[in-house]
Amino acid sequence: MLSNFFSYIIQGTAITIGVTLVALPFGLLLGLLMALVHTYGGKISNRLAAIYSLLLRGVPPIVLLFILYFILSGKVINLTPFWAGSLSLGIVSSAYQMEILRGALLAVGGGQMTAARAIGMSRLQAIQTIVLPQALRLAIPPWSNEASIVLKDSSLVYALGVPEILRRAQQLSATTQQPFLAYGIAALIYFVLVFATNRALDYLSERTKLPTHP
Amino acid sequence: MTNPILETRNLTKIYGKNVIFKDINLKVNEGETIVIIGPSGTGKSTLLRCINLLTSNDGGQVFLDDKEITAKGHNADEVRQQIGMVFQNFLLFNHLTALDNVMIGLTKVKKMPKDKAREKAMEELNRVGLADRADHYPGQLSGGQQQRVAIARALAMDPRVMLFDEPTSALDPELIGEVLGVMAKLAKDRMTMLVVTHEMGFAREVADRIVFMEKGSIVEEGSPDDLFYHPKHDRTREFLWKITELYGKKEKEKGAVE
Amino acid sequence: MIAFYEFFVRFLPDMLKGAGITVLLTAEGLSAGFILGLLASLARVYGNKFVRGLAVGYIELFRGTPLLMQLFIIYYGLPGLGITFSREWCAFLALGLNSGAYQAEYLRGSLLAIGDGQMMAGRSIGMSRAKTIWYVILPQALRLAIPAWSNEPVSLLKSTAVVFLIAVPELMAKAKSIAAQTYDPIGTYLAVALVYLAMVYLLDAFLRWVERATRIPGFEMESRKA
Repeated sequence: MLSNFFSYIIQGTAITIGVTLVALPFGLLLGLLMALVHTYGGKISNRLAAIYSLLLRGVPPIVLLFILYFILSGKVINLTPFWAGSLSLGIVSSAYQMEILRGALLAVGGGQMTAARAIGMSRLQAIQTIVLPQALRLAIPPWSNEASIVLKDSSLVYALGVPEILRRAQQLSATTQQPFLAYGIAALIYFVLVFATNRALDYLSERTKLPTHP
Repeated sequence: MTNPILETRNLTKIYGKNVIFKDINLKVNEGETIVIIGPSGTGKSTLLRCINLLTSNDGGQVFLDDKEITAKGHNADEVRQQIGMVFQNFLLFNHLTALDNVMIGLTKVKKMPKDKAREKAMEELNRVGLADRADHYPGQLSGGQQQRVAIARALAMDPRVMLFDEPTSALDPELIGEVLGVMAKLAKDRMTMLVVTHEMGFAREVADRIVFMEKGSIVEEGSPDDLFYHPKHDRTREFLWKITELYGKKEKEKGAVE
Repeated sequence: MIAFYEFFVRFLPDMLKGAGITVLLTAEGLSAGFILGLLASLARVYGNKFVRGLAVGYIELFRGTPLLMQLFIIYYGLPGLGITFSREWCAFLALGLNSGAYQAEYLRGSLLAIGDGQMMAGRSIGMSRAKTIWYVILPQALRLAIPAWSNEPVSLLKSTAVVFLIAVPELMAKAKSIAAQTYDPIGTYLAVALVYLAMVYLLDAFLRWVERATRIPGFEMESRKA
């Protein structure tokens, strides 16, 4: 029976991982764009990016998820719950990832940009070849924190009816009448997923670190 | 002669396989100022912490007023009230004003009433010349002033002995004098003091006895004159030569005794 | 989409009632979490092996799983073992336990930043370990923790929005029922988002004020040196 338990929840696990693997890169792309706009954009686009961040980070993710979900699965755009939920989660995360990347861009500093311009690079070239490679490395530790937050927040798409881990646990609990076991296994799976994610990203952070003086 | 206030017998400290110091025998008499000198990393600071029971010993004994304080079951908190300690990096309580730093031991450990504690604390601050800085936080004081407050904090507990662990080595050169001045005054008032320092001028002028320690043992001890002018061991001579070379210029400017 | 003005007139009392419960849940969870977090951080930094293990287990478990998961295990799972709480209690327990694990890490960070020196100084004037922790380390660590810790109230306020999933009648639950009445989910949730935004903004402003009011002159500089 225990093996049945597992195989049923494992299918939910695949969906949880799927949601995370859509939301996280989508949020990264959007967040990176907004961070660049905020750091290197003109006065107006800079202001707009700041408002984007404030609005999204000032509202509970689940509320945003509902708003975005109803937009993305409405009459105009009609995505499946999985895609609507994952992309919504990505949009929520983009504001947080934007702040992480913005911090990293600031940490790299204007000196690197000046140095790149001094050898004749365009702004875009300088960002692409000089600033970003450094900023992205710096961003890895705080970004791994955000990655595990997105993984945990993927449980919110439960409320949209996506059959991820929690939803499976709920169905299992109903059929087996063993609620504690069902939810306990789900919790264990989450714990392992979060743990593995943290470890993998720690490793990435070690591997990509630039050598420094000891 | 009366018994010493503080005595160590075969005091030993070992970290893993590292012998920090071994078989240290030291006697401190009432009113005496003893200065311990020696190269860095010879266990001088650890020795002071061991005497104050901030670090446990791995052999030997420490006696305070003929009572063995290293004995099992002895209350370390009570011992530390009687042995004052001044640290290299001051270690004032950063969230408290100078006055509160001096008061806290009186109110929380000695359970003294607040007004009496304040009076006593002001007295001690006065003694180190900082009564006018009573309301300042550590972050608002210079290093020298912080160290003087730390001395007042220790003095407020009315200790039998004061331990100084390189009290001036974290200070900018121009601030060293004010701290040494306070210490010299204490010595003159016959406070019993055990001082680890690299300030040779202070050692020569203030110490009753100087102890030269190296590699975890006492090489030799004696009066300042004996040690500076008639050292028995080559190692002592070598160390003193090196350190006067290093500090020589400063000593000359201060007009050290001949 | 019905007019925003009309909407607010009709549903504002209901939303405010929900917002009241949201604020209450935040305050309760934060307080319980603070006590738990303080104990867990002290246990993790100053405890013996056993106590430290317990604290690490608690912190890692609650930081390593989603809040919603914790809420469900308490609300749906525990009854399977014969342990039953009301919805409100379940929400309170989940929020408090979850927040406690995060607050423990903020406090642990500042306890470690205070360093061994202050403990040694306290012991050197005859204070016991417990007294030194209480009179010397904690007052500094708590002040030092404020900037990092002040993220937690806002974060917890936002987290409370998931407890509508076990039908606790806070702001998000009200939103759901209003959306059902108006057939306008997007408009309704946008309006509710505004209410959340206002609460977050006020809370943030208050926390910034606290941060300024509890500064010790020169303390930050001093602690950075240590």
